[in-house]
Order: sequence, then C-alpha cells, then structure tokens
Amino acid sequence: MAKHHVTTTINGDRTEFLCDTEQTLLDVLRDELGLTGSKEGCASGDCGACSVTMNGTLVCSCLVLAAEAQDAKFETIEGVASAEELHPIQRHFLQEAALQCGICTPGFIVATKALLEHNPDPTETEARYWLAGNLCRCTGYDKIIKAVMNAAAEMRGA
Amino acid sequence: MGNEEELNRIIDYSGRDYKHIGTRPVRPDGVDKVTGRANFGADFDMNGMLHGRMVRSPHAHAKIKSINVAKALKLEGVKAVVTGKDFPAIDPSDKIVGEVVVSFYDMSRNVIARDKVYYDGHAVAAVAATSPQIAERAAALIEVEYEVLKPVMNLAEAMKKNAPVLHKGMTTEGVEPAPKKSSNIAKRAQFALGDVEAGFKKAEVIVEGDYSTQTVHQGYIETHACVVSLAADGMATVWSSSQGQFMVRAMCAKLCGMDNSKIKAIPAEIGGGFGGKTVVYLEPVAMMLAKQSGKPVKMVMSRDEVMRATGPTSGGHARCKLGALNDGTLVAGELEMEYEAGAFPGSPVGLGCMTGFAPYNMTDILCTGWDVVVNRPKAAAYRAPGAPVAAFAVESAMDELALKLGMDPLQLRIKNAAIEGTQAPYGVKFGRIGNLENLRAAEEHPHMSVPLGPNQGRGIASGFWFNIGGTSSAEVMINEDGTVIVVTGNPDIGGSRASMALMAAEVLGVDVSRIKPLVADTESVAFSALTGGSRVTFATGKAVIEAAEDAVKDMKRRAAKMWDVELDQVEWENGCAVCIETDKHKPLSIADIAKKSDRTGGAISGKANINAQGAGPAFGTHICDVEIDPETGFVTVLRYTAIQDVGKAIHPSYVEGQMQGGAAQGIGWALNEEYVYSDEGQLLNTGFLDYRVPVCSDLPMINTVVVEVPNPGHPYGVRGVGEVPIVPPLAAVANAVSRAAGVRMGHLPISPPKLLASIDEAK
Amino acid sequence: MAKVVLPLEVARSFAAGVTEHQVQGGDVRRLLKDLEQSFPGIAERLGQGFAIAIDGQIYQDWFVEKVRADSEVYFLPAIEGG
Repeated sequence: MAKHHVTTTINGDRTEFLCDTEQTLLDVLRDELGLTGSKEGCASGDCGACSVTMNGTLVCSCLVLAAEAQDAKFETIEGVASAEELHPIQRHFLQEAALQCGICTPGFIVATKALLEHNPDPTETEARYWLAGNLCRCTGYDKIIKAVMNAAAEMRGA
Repeated sequence: MGNEEELNRIIDYSGRDYKHIGTRPVRPDGVDKVTGRANFGADFDMNGMLHGRMVRSPHAHAKIKSINVAKALKLEGVKAVVTGKDFPAIDPSDKIVGEVVVSFYDMSRNVIARDKVYYDGHAVAAVAATSPQIAERAAALIEVEYEVLKPVMNLAEAMKKNAPVLHKGMTTEGVEPAPKKSSNIAKRAQFALGDVEAGFKKAEVIVEGDYSTQTVHQGYIETHACVVSLAADGMATVWSSSQGQFMVRAMCAKLCGMDNSKIKAIPAEIGGGFGGKTVVYLEPVAMMLAKQSGKPVKMVMSRDEVMRATGPTSGGHARCKLGALNDGTLVAGELEMEYEAGAFPGSPVGLGCMTGFAPYNMTDILCTGWDVVVNRPKAAAYRAPGAPVAAFAVESAMDELALKLGMDPLQLRIKNAAIEGTQAPYGVKFGRIGNLENLRAAEEHPHMSVPLGPNQGRGIASGFWFNIGGTSSAEVMINEDGTVIVVTGNPDIGGSRASMALMAAEVLGVDVSRIKPLVADTESVAFSALTGGSRVTFATGKAVIEAAEDAVKDMKRRAAKMWDVELDQVEWENGCAVCIETDKHKPLSIADIAKKSDRTGGAISGKANINAQGAGPAFGTHICDVEIDPETGFVTVLRYTAIQDVGKAIHPSYVEGQMQGGAAQGIGWALNEEYVYSDEGQLLNTGFLDYRVPVCSDLPMINTVVVEVPNPGHPYGVRGVGEVPIVPPLAAVANAVSRAAGVRMGHLPISPPKLLASIDEAK
Repeated sequence: MAKVVLPLEVARSFAAGVTEHQVQGGDVRRLLKDLEQSFPGIAERLGQGFAIAIDGQIYQDWFVEKVRADSEVYFLPAIEGG
C-alpha cells in the first residue's frame, strides 16, 4: 500500500513526512519525526499524555490520523519553551513541584497553555474541568492546579 | 476553612536546624521533564531494531494444546517468533521466600505461558518484525489451540470445596496437619498477641463487620516498555523503565539463563510504578526475540495489555471484630481476611494481617490471612502492599465502634493510639513513632471545625506502614572544578534525585545547584535493591550521606597535605576545610581542594555500599468530607486533609506530593476503580474510559500536615513516606459516605448504583 | 536469658505451637544454634524469608547481629514494599 505524503507545520517549521493510513499523528511525531515529548498512555484519547494543539485547538494526537495533518498547524511540547527561557507555565510546574514521575507533564503543559490562551483568568473549577482529560496518577493534581493558577496570574501580569 | 498556612503545615519535633534539607529547590531532572526531553521507556530507539508484539490468551483458564507459528514466520518482515518452549526450564523450588514469595518458576510462567494459561491476557507467544504494523499482523497469524477450562474468578468461588483447581499439587501451607488435597488456597498466615478469647470476654461493647474491596490497578500512565540488544558475543543491553535496573538484570539473567555480567541494564526515566514495576514482563521476552533474530528488539505494551496482564493489587474480603470497654478502651480485635493472589500464589495478605491493628494499643488480637489464587493477573506490589484492605476493614470497624459508643471517632483513636513501647501486631515493640502526634494535629486542624451540611459526612481513618531499609550503594565524586556528582543505583520515581542532592549538600556544605545527582546503569554503580517499600530516601539517602562523609574525609586529608599539618588539625565547616591549629591558613573550599587534587593524590570521591537498618515505621491519619446525592448515589469529595509522620521532610514539596498522590489513589480505590470481568473471565474495562482513575475535576485540593518526629535510625531522622498515604483513604472516604448516608458502606468501590441501592435498602 | 518469639506457623511446625522460648544471648548465629538443638531443622526454616527484630530494631537481612542477655528477639516475615 502506498504511503501518504503529508505537508504540515509543526512548532512553526514546515515539515514533510510519509505515513501509512493507519498511523496516528502521535505515531508519526514519536516514531518518524523523533518528537518523543508527546507520550502514549492509552492510545484511546483518555489520558491526555499526547496532547498537542491542531490549528489552535487542543487535541489528543493519538486520535488524529497522521494523514489528517495535511496543511494543519501543530504545536507540541517541544515548541513551548524558547531557546533562551522556559515558558511561565513550565517554570511554575517546576517551582510548585507539579510533577513527580513526569510522564503526564508534557500533556498537562500543552493543555494548560491552550486553557490560558482560551481563558486567561480561569477559576480553580474551570481549570479542573479543562484539565479533566489529562490523567496524573502521582500528584493528586493539587500542585498542578497551584502551578496553573500561579502561571495564569503571572501571565495576566497580576 | 482557613488560609493556606493553616491548612498546610510542617510540625517539627526535631528541634534541629538544617541548612539545605527542608528547602524546596527545583528538581535537577525538572527542565527535561517540562520540555519533553526526558527519555522514558518507550522514548528510546536503536538502529536496525525490530518491533516485538505479544500474543495473549483470550481465555481466563485453558490448557494450551498447540501453538502453530508457521504462518506468522512466513509473513514478510517477521524475524523471530518465541513461545514458552524457547525459555529455559526453571526448578519449582527456585524461589525467594518472604512474606510475599518470589518464585522464579511462577515468574517465568507469568512472563510467557507454558502448558496452561491462567488469565485473560496471559502471554503465550511473541513475534518480532521490521515494523509495529507487521508485528501486529504476524501476532494475529499465530494459531493457538486451547482446551478451555472453567475459570475461577473470585475468592468465594476459588475457596469452594469442589472449585476447579488452578495448580494441581498446590496445597495449603501454614495449616496443621498439612492438607494433601490440591487447593486454590496457597497459604494461611497468622499473627496473634495475647489471648483474643479472653480479650473479648472483657469487652462491654463488640462490633463485627464484613468488608470487601475489588481488584485495582496501580494505574501508572507510562505503559511497560523496553529495548533489548543482544550481540553475537552474548553481551546484552536492556534499556527499560522499571523500579530497579538490578532487578531487571537479575530477572533477565534468571529467566533467560544468562550471567549477570552479560547483561547491562540501563534505567530509563520511569513514568510511574507504585510497585507495579518491581517485576519484569517484557524484558526476558524481548531478550529471546533479540537472540533469535540477532537484532535489537523494542517492545511497548498497550494500555489494554497493561490492564489485562500487569499489576494489579489483590481484591480482598475481611471480617473484623472489635471489643471495647464502655469508655472506648480497646480490649480485643480479630481480623480474618482472604486476598486474591491472581494466577500464582503470593498476595500480600500477611502484610495486611501485620498492619491492620498497628495504629492501636491492643494486647489481645488474632489476625488470619488466606492467600487465594484466582484466574486474574498475578498481583504485583502496589503502595503499602496488603495494608489498605486491612486498614479499610479495621478503620471502618473503628468508625462503627465510635458510633456504637457515641464517641468522637478521633477521640476513640487518640484514646487507643499506639505510642513508643506499644507492641505491634507482629510482636515488635515500636520505638519512637508519630502516631499520636498525627492524631493531635488532626484534632487541631481547621478542617475538623468546618460545619457539615445536609447529605454531608466526615470520615477519619489512620494507616500504618513498616518502611524498609536494605542494600543501597552511592558514590560522591568531586569534579576538578569543585562541583559534585552523586551516583546511586535507584530509579527516581518521584523526585528522589532532588533529595539525594539535598542530603549530599547538607554533608558537604555546598549549594544544591553545585550537585548533580544521577541514576547509573548496572555497570556504573554497585548493586542496589529496588526502588520500593519507601526505602530510597531513607536507605539510599543514608548511603549518599555516608559517601559524602567519605569524600569529606578525603578532602580533609588533602587539605592537611596542602597546609602541611596533621589531619586532626583539619575540620569541615560550611563547605570548607578549616585549620583549627592556626589562623594563618585560609579555609579551603571544595573547589580549592579539587583544583590541587592532581598534586595531592589524584581524583577525589567517596563511596558507600550499605545495608541500611533502622527504617522508622510511619503512620498517617486522613480526614475526608463528602457530600452524597441521595437521588443518584454520586459522591463528591468536598475536603481532604492528609496528616503523616514523615520523620524529616528532605524536600517538603515532594513529601507533600507523595501524601497527595497516595490520597488520590486511595480515593479512586474507594469510589471508582475496580476490575470488571465477564462471566467467562474476560476483563471488560481495559482502558481509562471505564477503569476510571480520579481526574482533576473529581478532587478538591488535598491539604497536608507534615509531622516530623525524627526516626532515630537515620542521621537526619528520615522515615519512608511513599506507602503510608494510600493506607487510610479507603476507610476515610467510606466512613464519610457511611455517615452522610446513615448506612455502612463496607464494600468498595462505592459506585453510585451501589450507594443508591444501600440507601434504598436502609429506608 | 534472651527471649525469642517464633512466628506462629514455625512454632506450629517445630515447637508444638509454643512461640516463646528462652535462649542464650550473644549473637543471632549463637541463638539459632540454641534453637536448632531443641528443634532440629528450625534454623533452615527461619533462614528462609524471615526478618528479625532485636529489641524493636528490624533487620531484613541478618547474620551475626548482637543479642544481649535481656534482649527480646522476634522472627517475622520479611517485608516487601511497593
């Protein structure tokens, strides 16, 4: 079976790849493009460890077929920090110790960034519901929520 | 209910001041983890590698009549196929006998079935191919002929007289006279203090209850993964995510018939384990595939495979009877429990027996545990293995007792609290412990004075874990610029590199930013036991402290040489060697000494290989408020406070994190999580959609009170932290719901339909 | 004399169910020799999977730990963890 030739934009860079029909965007990010920051925890859209944004919308990359990436714009965890400094969300995750094992962290950071672009001043409840699609088994979410709220405050200039 | 400082506190009983430990620096591995650079099990590839795929049994209990691999081998791109026949035979007597038995014979059969499959998802064969897609197609071409047997899915069925027997020839140990008939009951464990019958005769009030919990999974987000390369000279490299690279090496060696020296095990970052990664599943199979194909092999489990074939922890059934005087003094306790071991013997029921009554001063108790095999995956360790189920029974019974006595449940626990000198259920007298300090902290916490509304309830429960020490190795290397590398052999599962660096900083007297801690492979550091049992900060920390002290000793020798003074004239203060004899010598920093190390004897390092003794037992007390919806049976957790004696918090944020994470797992265990099987024994909820672990919107903030009653067995007073927090929540939640609903919820999980049925029944 | 307390299952197999015994102090090796004289085979049994607690201090791996004349020694199952 012939592979699909896909042209897309990932973290601002024009990217081309070949993929099988059944391959997901997550498979291609990890196995073909070497972007292993997005993690596979379930491959069914339940854990959020593979969260990326597609044309500005938060999606699970395990639920996007790689062939659907044609002409789309993606942001992954690898594009969150600049060369000089961490994003405030990343900084607050570190300061607030919002990670233990760290496997869910890339997904949480991508999802939080999407939240704050969408709603710069979320209540704790809004943040909890937005992040309900990202599973963390280590922290009990307490310090994650603190990091999210503190990052939001800093980004608002509050 | 109070401000941040009142809700989250550290109560220090040590009276000691530290410079570095107790601070909250950013963890050394942090930046890699927030930027996606950290390499977990599945993030590593090797050139020319193949992809492995397991073939798993669709039956819960069956004989394997034949396996035909011919079609799979013919598929283009398939390079190897292995079955149980390709693995070396292991003698049934080859085992490590402990409270939880490690049988290599069983382990080998669990990794890949031989003549029988014992659970849905049991591995029967594996293929390796040039792509994951081909491997998957090839796996589907392997033909296994089964003779399906009747499965034994739960404790009651398994213990029936005429139940189908999983393992012919297995008889019940620990019963006199020794039974001859094959049974699904592997063992009886028993612990007794005093005379339980005489104790109950003294009782003025007696409560008795029946409790049960379901099989639950550790639920780590990272699935099991490995890459194994085996060269033509027989030298192997195993890259994998586990709770111990030395465990991986030993198990691969044992199960594949190799020498330890031929296997280098490299620890990947580990994406959660909670005990579930203290054993191997994939590595030996990948090893055999690599051997057959001559190429590196990568294997990654799907979530479905993780749920069906790894973990879980035992579902259990318990009867608990408590006797007390009218003033609340406990006079007798009896606990009888059965735990599912899964497909092979070795549930943690004995540990349940040893821990259930531990928070209380009781002189007459009897605890009996039955280890029962069923057609479910072999139970693996899960945080404080065995303790949560026992604590659920005992702490629920304590709540019933408080209700019957008309006593406050916290005061009942304070009245009976185990303190220094109290005899534990396993006989040993406790040394300095912080159980009563926890209960006092609960009494004073603002949580306790928040008024409850309609349909709301408050639950209290305590929990205990022994904590262990064990073999740990560490090396502290001084770089030529005076910075420091701390090497240990324990995978960092929740921030332990930060605590290793902090303890080294405290000894050396330098800032933690100058110290780089790392977890080495099996050829770069001496043997270290598993990351587990809440032992790393305690035992490996002790090794790091001793190694740092060893380095300091060497640096003092170097300083003496540089100053040309006797060694006893040199002391170590604030990160510098100082000369006490005269003030003509300026203090020498580590950098000063390191710079001259070439001239004073070569490179500087300190090392320690120890078997750490003196692990301090630890207790926790949790307070939970819930609101129930009497129309739907839905439970909302409103408030939650976890209080724990941690000895000394080296990095308080990660200590609080352990307490919060354990509480969340326990809440899931209490309210949502359970393995659901079909009548034929197929697991029905193999994904996170219907095996529902708590999500962000399910939980409130989890307050923590870190109580520091120093453990005399550690230089800084450290006790293990990770296990205790999962022990109290089951009963804390159930007690809260029971009080809100006015009916005892003794069977977990308290799912909406179950609660609704109980409310309706009580009407 | 030091007090030794055996696990119930071991006491049932070797000592007619009696858990508490008096032995000479010294060290654990000596203590096991004493027990072995009264109950042949018990040393090997206790060497498999049991931790030892001497005056409240638990040793998962034991060999020649000191036992004082007035010590209390408990054998208990070795403990694993998550």
